[in-house]
Amino acid sequence: MPGAKRLLPLAVFAALAAILFAGFSLRDPHLLPSALLGKPFPDFDLPLLADARRVGRDDLVGAPRLVNVWATWCPTCLAEHGELLRIRMETGLSIVGINYKDDSAEAIAWLNRYGDPYDFNIVDSNGDLGVELGVYGAPETFLVDADGVVRHKHVGAVTATVWRDRFAPALRNLLER
Amino acid sequence: MIVELGHAATIVALALALALAGAGQLSAVNASWRNAVATLASAQFLFIACGFAALAYAFIGNDFSVAYVARNSSTALPWHYRLSATWGGHEGSFLFWTLVLAGWTWAVSLGGRQLPNDVHGRTLSVLGLLNVGFLLFLLSTSSPFARLVGAPADGTDLNPLLQDRGMLVHPPLLYCGYVGFAVPFAFAVAGLQCGRLDSAWARWTRRWANCVWAFLTVGIALGSWWAYYELGWGGWWFWDPVENASFMPWLAGTALIHSLAVTEKRGAFKSWTVFLAIAAFSLSLLGVFIVRSGVITSVHAFAADPDRGLFILLLLVLAVGGALALYAVRAPSTRARAGYHGISREFMLLANNLLLVLALAVVLIGTLFPLAYEAATGGEKISVGPPYFNRVFVPLALLLAGFLALVPIARWKHTPVKLFKSAGLLGIGAAALGVALPLVIFGTVQFGAAIAIALGTWLAAVHLRDVAGRRRLLTRGYVGMTTAHLGFAIALIGVGVTSEFSRELDVRMAVGDSVELDGVTWRFQAMRQVQGPNYVADQGEFVVNEDVTLIAEKRRYASSGDVMTEAGIAAGFTRDLFVALGEPLPDGAWGVRINHKPLLRWVWLGAFLMALGGVWAATDPRYRRLQRRRTAPTDSTSPSAQEPRPAVA
Repeated sequence: MPGAKRLLPLAVFAALAAILFAGFSLRDPHLLPSALLGKPFPDFDLPLLADARRVGRDDLVGAPRLVNVWATWCPTCLAEHGELLRIRMETGLSIVGINYKDDSAEAIAWLNRYGDPYDFNIVDSNGDLGVELGVYGAPETFLVDADGVVRHKHVGAVTATVWRDRFAPALRNLLER
Repeated sequence: MIVELGHAATIVALALALALAGAGQLSAVNASWRNAVATLASAQFLFIACGFAALAYAFIGNDFSVAYVARNSSTALPWHYRLSATWGGHEGSFLFWTLVLAGWTWAVSLGGRQLPNDVHGRTLSVLGLLNVGFLLFLLSTSSPFARLVGAPADGTDLNPLLQDRGMLVHPPLLYCGYVGFAVPFAFAVAGLQCGRLDSAWARWTRRWANCVWAFLTVGIALGSWWAYYELGWGGWWFWDPVENASFMPWLAGTALIHSLAVTEKRGAFKSWTVFLAIAAFSLSLLGVFIVRSGVITSVHAFAADPDRGLFILLLLVLAVGGALALYAVRAPSTRARAGYHGISREFMLLANNLLLVLALAVVLIGTLFPLAYEAATGGEKISVGPPYFNRVFVPLALLLAGFLALVPIARWKHTPVKLFKSAGLLGIGAAALGVALPLVIFGTVQFGAAIAIALGTWLAAVHLRDVAGRRRLLTRGYVGMTTAHLGFAIALIGVGVTSEFSRELDVRMAVGDSVELDGVTWRFQAMRQVQGPNYVADQGEFVVNEDVTLIAEKRRYASSGDVMTEAGIAAGFTRDLFVALGEPLPDGAWGVRINHKPLLRWVWLGAFLMALGGVWAATDPRYRRLQRRRTAPTDSTSPSAQEPRPAVA
């Protein structure tokens, strides 16, 4: 039986590992709770990226949609872009973009260059809608149901795994109801 | 195609690492495996190097079909930054991490020819096993070789913060130190397994520990220098969690190289030394977790991914938990202790270790407390800032300096009192200097600076007098130690003076305006726009004392839109002059930050001297000489070793 002294480092380390694990599971930024879950998408009155027409919350209702907050200055947005294109193409789900604190000309060039999965893009140049949505950093993606209620929120890139494990089940729930 | 070959080479390296882990254990009991172990160690390094070269090739050739390249490079990026972008993101830097570990493994297999079979085999086996874990992590959660389905025409560019010459040298050197602590760790685990924790073991470990520690010292110093001129805030140490992540292994490593001295020379502190060797690398792993799991927010942290965090935590628990469990079972009994009285060299080194470990605990608690607090309160946030660290860490560092000043006098076992008298006199002189110098130069006395100058000059004076009084040949070990301690003195004075006497001025300046700060006049000479390779910059020209011209820039990077501040710095031995552009003001003027930082360079100069001393001591020929003598299989144990040697498991 080893002396207590020699077990001490192991015990301290076990405590440390427990703290790390607890802190880690809590801090997982992808699981940030959103005050918006189950609540209606906030109302807004903002211009489109394509032309000067203004849109509001009413333009979101009618069908389930993904609302994706993105910007050309955000490298992770480019990283998830391929997955959004794939989702649009393969599932036909409507995707609406919120072009967040960005330069509109650059945003249009960006979409021309990398492809455009969005039905339409809302220009949020001051980030006002971002504040309403509690945006933590681009990209963020919301699943909004046909009544305009936020059903799921994801912070960070929508990867194939995130789509499969988080969004697809949430979407299935919506469609079954 | 080249990228796929690189990917395949990395997978082969994983198999080789696994084979190395197995063959090492076999070789420990059967000497005929020894050559195979050495071959496997070289092959592992070669294959990871191929993987890394393939990734670098993709960067140089702008192959944006590779997702990692597309995220971290662009065609407008100059080629040398494209090369350094290879380690600019999470995936590539981790590939680099495995490469460095394989490099150290290879170095141990080359440099450890004289090691007895069991230690040689088991050490390399542990190193191989560690790289199995890292390569599995890399390939399963963070492959830098993954392709994009539709290749973009251009990449999103490297983070502008990283587009700097510092990026070419800081991460490689830092990683050599960071990962290098795997070597003392492996020696500790092998020593525990073989039951050979004697002075010979300490001698083998000491050489490597010194080298690794020197790398980490330079790596941290370069990081601090880089942050100073690149972040544009004029600071050089922020107690940021990621800085702490590299500083904690350094503190443990510093304690380790000192404790190893006692274990080598006197056969004492064995369990403690082994514990420190395990702790230093454990803290490196903790750093990996902090930086790469997204658990702590920091300017340095990589993009978060929960799978990665969990995997690293698992690696951490297996490696550290395993080593500490082995330690609990096998650590030598602490009863075996060489006797010493009063203020002996053993006592001094014990004090050194206690202070360093206390300082380490302070940093560890400060770094992890926000995390624990959040876990305990269910999500409430708290932050621990520089005031805490400075208040608790600084007194410990000053106390350490006080002990350090007595080192050259202290003798093994017992120190005659008369030796302290002249050191005391030097101390009084140094204290007077600490008060007088700032008074003459700056016109005021600051408590912190006075203490730092007094302790720094005292410890330098006692060391230099000892050098002058030596009649025997100066060994490399002695010269190395003295150099490192003088480096500490210089860094201490630098930190004290620059912290207390730096002056900062935030002013509104239009072209043609002049301001004065600490007797230096600054004239805003001109403002222009310049086009860089992948950015546009507003460039301000400042003339200092109508003599030196400094250029400060505000750059806007085209592909990311990020704005970066490039400070104009006139570096000098006695002071740094620093100017950075703030925000443009409506009437064409600019917000300008001007800094006058006396003795700032001393901080880094001291760190480089410490590293130099570490390397110099590691090259002491006595390591080679004694190793040759000890090649005989019947290794003699140190005089005080009383623990029964456990049978080979």
